[in-house]
Amino acid sequence: MTAAAPDRTGPPAPARTAAGRPGAGRPAEAPVTTYREALREGLREALAGDERVFLMGEDVGLYGGAFGVSLGLVEEFGPERVRDTPLSESAFVGAGIGAALAGMRPVVEVMTVNFSLLALDQVVNNAAALLHMSGGQLAVPLVLRMTTGAGRQLAAQHSHSLEGWYAHIPGIRVLAPATLEDARHMLAPALADPDPVVLFEHGSLYNASGPLAPDAGPVDLDSAAVRRAGTDVTLVTYGGSLGKALEAAERLSADDGIEAEVVDLRTLRPLDDATVLGSVRRTHRAVVVDEGWRTGGLSAEVAARIAEQAFYDLDARVRRVCGAEVPVPYARQLEEAALPQAAGIAAAAREAVGRDG
Amino acid sequence: MTVDSTAGVPKKASGTRRKRVPSRAGSVAPPPQPELVQLLTPEGERVEHPDFSLETTPEELRAIYRDLVLVRRFDGEATALQRQGELGLWASLLGQEAAQVGSGRAMRPGDYAFPTYREHGVAWCKGVDPLNLLGMFRGVNHGGWDPNEKNFHLYTIVIGSQTLHATGYAMGITKDGADDAVIAYFGDGASSQGDVNEAFTFASVYNAPVVFFCQNNQWAISEPTEKQSRVPIYRRASGFGFPGVRVDGNDVLACLAVTRWALDHARSGNGPVLVEAFTYRMGAHTTSDDPSRYRMSEELEAWKLKDPIERLRAHLVREGWADQEFLDSVEAESEQLARRVREGVRTMPDPSPAAIFEHVYADGHALVDEERAQYEAYAASFEGGEVR
Repeated sequence: MTAAAPDRTGPPAPARTAAGRPGAGRPAEAPVTTYREALREGLREALAGDERVFLMGEDVGLYGGAFGVSLGLVEEFGPERVRDTPLSESAFVGAGIGAALAGMRPVVEVMTVNFSLLALDQVVNNAAALLHMSGGQLAVPLVLRMTTGAGRQLAAQHSHSLEGWYAHIPGIRVLAPATLEDARHMLAPALADPDPVVLFEHGSLYNASGPLAPDAGPVDLDSAAVRRAGTDVTLVTYGGSLGKALEAAERLSADDGIEAEVVDLRTLRPLDDATVLGSVRRTHRAVVVDEGWRTGGLSAEVAARIAEQAFYDLDARVRRVCGAEVPVPYARQLEEAALPQAAGIAAAAREAVGRDG
Repeated sequence: MTVDSTAGVPKKASGTRRKRVPSRAGSVAPPPQPELVQLLTPEGERVEHPDFSLETTPEELRAIYRDLVLVRRFDGEATALQRQGELGLWASLLGQEAAQVGSGRAMRPGDYAFPTYREHGVAWCKGVDPLNLLGMFRGVNHGGWDPNEKNFHLYTIVIGSQTLHATGYAMGITKDGADDAVIAYFGDGASSQGDVNEAFTFASVYNAPVVFFCQNNQWAISEPTEKQSRVPIYRRASGFGFPGVRVDGNDVLACLAVTRWALDHARSGNGPVLVEAFTYRMGAHTTSDDPSRYRMSEELEAWKLKDPIERLRAHLVREGWADQEFLDSVEAESEQLARRVREGVRTMPDPSPAAIFEHVYADGHALVDEERAQYEAYAASFEGGEVR
């Protein structure tokens, strides 16, 4: 299925400031890159370093991918290793599983999570279950990349945040890079993982730019990351909401003297309880921010774990800031109203701290 | 003869594969003309086809010409409005006017159409005001027309889904005992979707009165039709057990004749038909796309010579059925339409943010009411009631 509106050639969004980058004030000699370029470098490194790696999906060849991530790779690695596919999601995900079973290391790009629903049977009933159901004989070392999220006026059928659904499934690992470093360095460990990995790229981040930490290496896929230290409240989030949570934290600091700690989950399955709970035990307050819907969502899982494991450390009930439980609107001002925003996150944090005026 | 028999043996086994000018440098012979039903040549010469005849009056031809010109004009205005920030997105039909007006006019009033998001010309034929289409792309309404009144379904964004809806709808029609037919629009890219292939299976097995109308505009965003099929798309029908026809999609008369035949075939209880209208997307996939990245301008130039409007104009003028006064009057009317569309779009009121909570459930829902109340209280906490 093709996106009716891949936001590919539109004007670049204003550069996001430090979407969770540690060391934003580092010297200027660090190379400046974008989230899109960081992902591409990860792909290039993988293709160059391992003959078994290939990329396939819709428009990934000459077009460079609906979001421009694979631009230039077909020229560099040829159409055998960067393959345009027919518009058949179930087919190219299923064929990716087959190639993985045969010893390849496929990277399959589904244009967006919305279209991945057509391949859900291949992911849930096949990729995730084959190892167990074959008594350990059939490993599926497949990496599925897809764009997720709203915020670009693409309307309800192109704006889902369904990574919480995927995080529900045993047998797969689910990643959500939110920073340049994670975008650059998550693919290598994902390919090294013997299990299927689903990697969610948030559509609003592709143009995010900044210096890439030169010393960053492969991401530890079992760990969440503290992106901002704080003492008064913990904001737990991931992906496209990280920048908004950090913005909220800066506002809280400047306007209210509240210091928020911001935890980036970055691996949605398995969740790193230790980092989340460690932070909550320090701050005694938690706000979970998730662009996905609240009911039965990833935010519910995080809130439940905090309640289960850190209940007596809490000084306030856990709060959630989530996408409104409606189909994501198309009109700009309606879409903004339906998504978590920095102001709303800050308001929830103030409530948690007991300074809601 | 380009109708595949259900036995699945094409009358001509060779000569229908079309070779594409590769998008890389390299000299390749021009592609052979595909075998396809044509009643009006690119030069505007009326020709006959052994299987598809068409009787038209000069008045009807002038009306068709008017449709083509007006549809192209408001489509162009919509593209301009998007570029000026008045629409979030637009999917232009440029180049596909004949496929849409021809098939649109082939329908009886009771026939029901399931469009993709590009069937502005079919919408026009079904009496949908262009402003309704533009309101949707501006984000101020969700269609704005009554599908049951217009017999024109709301636009479908998800690729190929509507072919299944059309099949189910057609099966319903047979239950009603009506002799209406259904037409499902889709594209060459969609022909690879599981949904579309399952719709073919279903429609065939249940003998549903549905015409699958594929506008093969040669490109699915950046992927040429060769990435979707190794056989001409119309020939796929035979494997599912129903006829397939390839028609010159830039020939409005051939599209009219073939679609009329197909709809009558379906409504008469003979089951589905696949029509492949062989055409070309002259513009971008949508306003988010830049086709110069993946296709050669010489291909575009070759298709310009097959323009659907120019050939009808040439025919009308040659036959003496259209004088300059007529052509000028259509031109003036199209400018009027463009002005109306432009002014109408710019004065559409924005919906209020609380509109996001409408129609989530048919009869409302406690959770939605709770979130609406929270949102309104939150908005009220800002000066002037506007969230910042």
